[in-house]
Amino acid sequence: MTVLPKPTSASLPATPHGILERVHDWVTTCDHKKLGLLYIFSGLFFFLIGGIEAGIMRWQLAQPANDVVGPVTFNQMFTMHGTTMVFLVGMPVLLGFGNYLIPLMIGTRDMAFPRLNAWGFWMFLFGGLLLYFSFIGSSGLFGTQGAPDVGWFAYAPLTSRTFNRGNNVDYWILGILVSGFGSMATGINLVVTILCLRCKGMTLMRMPIMVWSMLVTGFLVMIALPVLTAAQVMLLFDRFLGSHFFNPQLDGSALLWQHLFWFFGHPEVYILIIPAFGFISEIVPVFSRKVIFGYTMMVIALVWIAFQSMSVWAHHMFAVGLDPSLNAFFAASTFLIAIPTGIKVFNWLGTIWGGRLSFHTPMLYALGFIGMFVIGGLTGIMLATVPFDWDVSDSYFVVGHFHYVLFGGTIFAIFGAVFYWFPKMTGRMLSETLGKWQFWILLIGMNLTFGPMHISGILGMPRRIYTYAPDRGLDIWNLLSSVGYLVQFIAILIFGWNVIHSLLKGRKAGPDPWDAWTLEWATTSPPSDWNFNPLPSVKSRRPLWDAKHPEDPDYEYE
Amino acid sequence: MTQAMTNQTEPHALAPEEHHLSKGKVGMSCLIITESFFFMAFIVAYLYYVVILQVEDGGPNPRELFYADWMVYGASICLFASSATVVFAANALARGQHDKFRSWLFITVVLGGLFIAATAVEWTDMIGNKGIWMNTCTFGTCYFSLVGFHAFHVCFGLTALTLCLVLSFLGKMPTFQAERFEVLSWYWHFVDTIWIFVFTTVYILRVYT
Amino acid sequence: MTDRGSTSDKVITRAWWILIITTIVVGVLGLFLMYVLTGQIEAEDPIVERFTPTDVFVQPDAEWNTSILEPRSPESREIRKLSWLVFAIAVGIFVVVEGLLVYAIIRYRRRKGDPEDTREPVQLYGSNPVEIAWTVIPIIIVLVLCLATIRTIQTVQPTKGERPENALTVEVIGHRWWWEFRYPELNVVTANELFIPVERPIWLEITSADVIHSFWVPELQGKMDAIPAHTNYWKMTAEEEGTYLGQCAEYCGNQHANMLIRVEVLDADGFGAWAQQQALPAVVVDTEEVNLGREVFMKYACQNCHAIAGLCDGTYAPDLTHLMSRVTFAGGMIPNTEANLKAWIDDPQQIKPGCDMPALKLSTKEIEQVVAYLVTLK
Repeated sequence: MTVLPKPTSASLPATPHGILERVHDWVTTCDHKKLGLLYIFSGLFFFLIGGIEAGIMRWQLAQPANDVVGPVTFNQMFTMHGTTMVFLVGMPVLLGFGNYLIPLMIGTRDMAFPRLNAWGFWMFLFGGLLLYFSFIGSSGLFGTQGAPDVGWFAYAPLTSRTFNRGNNVDYWILGILVSGFGSMATGINLVVTILCLRCKGMTLMRMPIMVWSMLVTGFLVMIALPVLTAAQVMLLFDRFLGSHFFNPQLDGSALLWQHLFWFFGHPEVYILIIPAFGFISEIVPVFSRKVIFGYTMMVIALVWIAFQSMSVWAHHMFAVGLDPSLNAFFAASTFLIAIPTGIKVFNWLGTIWGGRLSFHTPMLYALGFIGMFVIGGLTGIMLATVPFDWDVSDSYFVVGHFHYVLFGGTIFAIFGAVFYWFPKMTGRMLSETLGKWQFWILLIGMNLTFGPMHISGILGMPRRIYTYAPDRGLDIWNLLSSVGYLVQFIAILIFGWNVIHSLLKGRKAGPDPWDAWTLEWATTSPPSDWNFNPLPSVKSRRPLWDAKHPEDPDYEYE
Repeated sequence: MTQAMTNQTEPHALAPEEHHLSKGKVGMSCLIITESFFFMAFIVAYLYYVVILQVEDGGPNPRELFYADWMVYGASICLFASSATVVFAANALARGQHDKFRSWLFITVVLGGLFIAATAVEWTDMIGNKGIWMNTCTFGTCYFSLVGFHAFHVCFGLTALTLCLVLSFLGKMPTFQAERFEVLSWYWHFVDTIWIFVFTTVYILRVYT
Repeated sequence: MTDRGSTSDKVITRAWWILIITTIVVGVLGLFLMYVLTGQIEAEDPIVERFTPTDVFVQPDAEWNTSILEPRSPESREIRKLSWLVFAIAVGIFVVVEGLLVYAIIRYRRRKGDPEDTREPVQLYGSNPVEIAWTVIPIIIVLVLCLATIRTIQTVQPTKGERPENALTVEVIGHRWWWEFRYPELNVVTANELFIPVERPIWLEITSADVIHSFWVPELQGKMDAIPAHTNYWKMTAEEEGTYLGQCAEYCGNQHANMLIRVEVLDADGFGAWAQQQALPAVVVDTEEVNLGREVFMKYACQNCHAIAGLCDGTYAPDLTHLMSRVTFAGGMIPNTEANLKAWIDDPQQIKPGCDMPALKLSTKEIEQVVAYLVTLK
């Protein structure tokens, strides 16, 4: 028999009084829910900063031969934008949702190592702040010469002392290194939590897909991040001890950095998208009123993607002149990874198929995710075609491609997750009307921004140029991209207003506003200090379905 | 469905009885995976530059660089032996034989210390007498970073083991800590295992240079 | 009781029909494209050529054309053929998947006053045949893509030993932020503007003097990185005379945006004449002002970086022996006119901030003299 605790507010924590006590409470917390919220909030804060950096770039590129900012500032903007969005927005927000939700979804009281969890968060936050300190340290103070301007993948030997005399690259290395330690700690913590702390009856194959995706992400973090750390340590040695790792003038190799970086970099892309797959796999079934289609295949596809993501890194390096046979191998491997990805998309379609769809904001984002992610995936397949990649790699086509994946994919999934779990986290609903406005404006804005980028790439516009000549036929496409940025910005403003307004005056949510099926909805909103009392035990993948349909429980069919 | 739950007494009891996986052991395994990938990058760099490319950058031939073969082999034997003694120590602690635990742990720490001493001798010789450091040649770059990171991990493990020894002498190492000590011993085994790879890469493969 | 469904259920039957129809459509499309790819490559007027809507992407008044869809060499033509194949396949998949998505959204939306609304819909756990189908179909597509890709790689990418017999060798060296072109067989060195003969294979040996750059002239060939202490081999054959433009495609620092390439394709005679002229040492004009200008050039730091054959041989900056035979300078950024040269020498940092040429703080008179000298370097 499935056992579920009754949601009661009796065990709600006593709210500390006074601002100092509250701050102290948040700073010293080891509670996975508070840390999760801290992760998400800091991530969204960095999202705003990264977005403003993108805006400066779009302003500069709105017209040919523009002079809003000079080359130095522009180069800093795209470096910081990329680094911020990958390391300080994508990872923390996704890991933050994992932090918040995983113990709830597997029916336990906290993460496996709560103090390590807090350590991970503060490492991430101060790593990010260290990176941004490079801005303040400009004009000679501490000799940083402003923010890093080497691109988010910081190709050697541009990062060597010879070509970067200040300390800005060191800030980039150390900021990411420090926040990387935090991510590794959180990755390990997630894996251990999922493997060791599942509630009674929750076998691996009864875990929600979201939990599976976090398990896989945790493994990828464990495998990919240390390689980046090692590469960054080598770079530090090069810069401070004069070692020869990446110095081609002294028999080092400029390509070793690329191999190490992309061995991290490609799994990293999946670290950013696999949790998003998890969100979508939770949202789509609930708003289709159907069980997830092909659960086993979904799990297999996740694990398949994770393994294969370690054998595709050189598809970022088709233009460096690898041996033709290597090019062919990495192209084939990249094509192959499209298959599990396709399986996932088809399974979501299968879940929608025959359901009864209601279009609340989370569902809109989930459907938007599927639509946009398919576009990004397909341009990804095109880019895996080596000769086509020779044409458009490092052009705006690539920029358009990965923004469809990371914005239309990851960011849409994050917004979907925020709308879906906000009631659980705060006890209040976000405004549906504002949410729908935001969705449609964002959808139009993102297509307006990133769609034309494919065309400017095809027309021969390389990425990372701060200016372009007026007579190249690029004007209109860049202008469209810049207008699209403004449209997106409006959507983000609506979101900000929505969050603030709903926090104060939003409708009370109750424990289970979406009539959902996974364990986090079995406790109060927000959950009490120890999540469940007593701890639940489950007999199927949808314990709340069993509870709501005692005459027809799931476990008789699984 | 509203049947009461068993686990109502202790809110801090995190591990439900159904799963027997230990957090510590799984966590340590995860850490070991992570660390292995960290070392992999340095081993790849060493193999690439020193063994495969064998770049001619005026640097010396790695064959003739090392202090003495007997010392490297001796140090390796010490390290491998310490993996066995730490197991004896862990078993002793689990059985509550604290004197035996202290003796085996002491031997482990001494063996690990010998290993570090050998590394120190080799480094002193390399830096002081032969004038090789990270910035002199690609061999120096790869050798010092790989061996250095391994030695750093040995030092870290040694510190932890010494701490356990001190705690044990202070009587703060009760039998119920046996599992935690076992987890720590896993880390020590990992440091040993990495040495097999480092040893192979640096000392055995030098015959090909 | 909620219906749990089975493969015989009408929902799954509908899915089956749609899948079967899709498979047939995609299959026929695929076969057609395979036919295009295999049978039509050698044809005079390949099908892809006729259906290529490139005009959409090119503004008619654009002076710069760097579209990858306007190939002017056999290599880039090969690439474009493959590009259209993958594009067609991607569009096919796009239409199918997004079509299914939109269909499902409309068909299965919750309707107001639905009598079924009180009950949950059929809980369908999955269907092995359907899942096998949507695993196997992509595998077939991927196989096609793989084979096509490997074939084009073999056609387009040369390895070190595959230099064509009659090829003209050009060493391409990326600098921050300009390009150096050396013709070892002709003893010619030039900068930013690559002159090549039409319909003769050009064998490019691409490397870099500092950081990683990427040589990219979209109409003639895909891009190839210029990597320090490493040479990449690349070949291209221009089919028509004319000017082709390109630029550095790998971020290389401050002025990455102003590292342009101009390729001038001449007929065999024109190229021969050009090469002959370029191989000569610098013209010596003996007038008072030019002599003064030459003295200024040699007196200040200019000669440390620049080379003028017969006078000085710096290698850090562009060779100026035949400066005035080039249309642009400063990494192809500005037209090569007397006024621009004066402004440039006065303060290069005003025009190209961050570039390696310093402002030498010459007096107006000295600038006039040195430019008077430079314009004689025809």
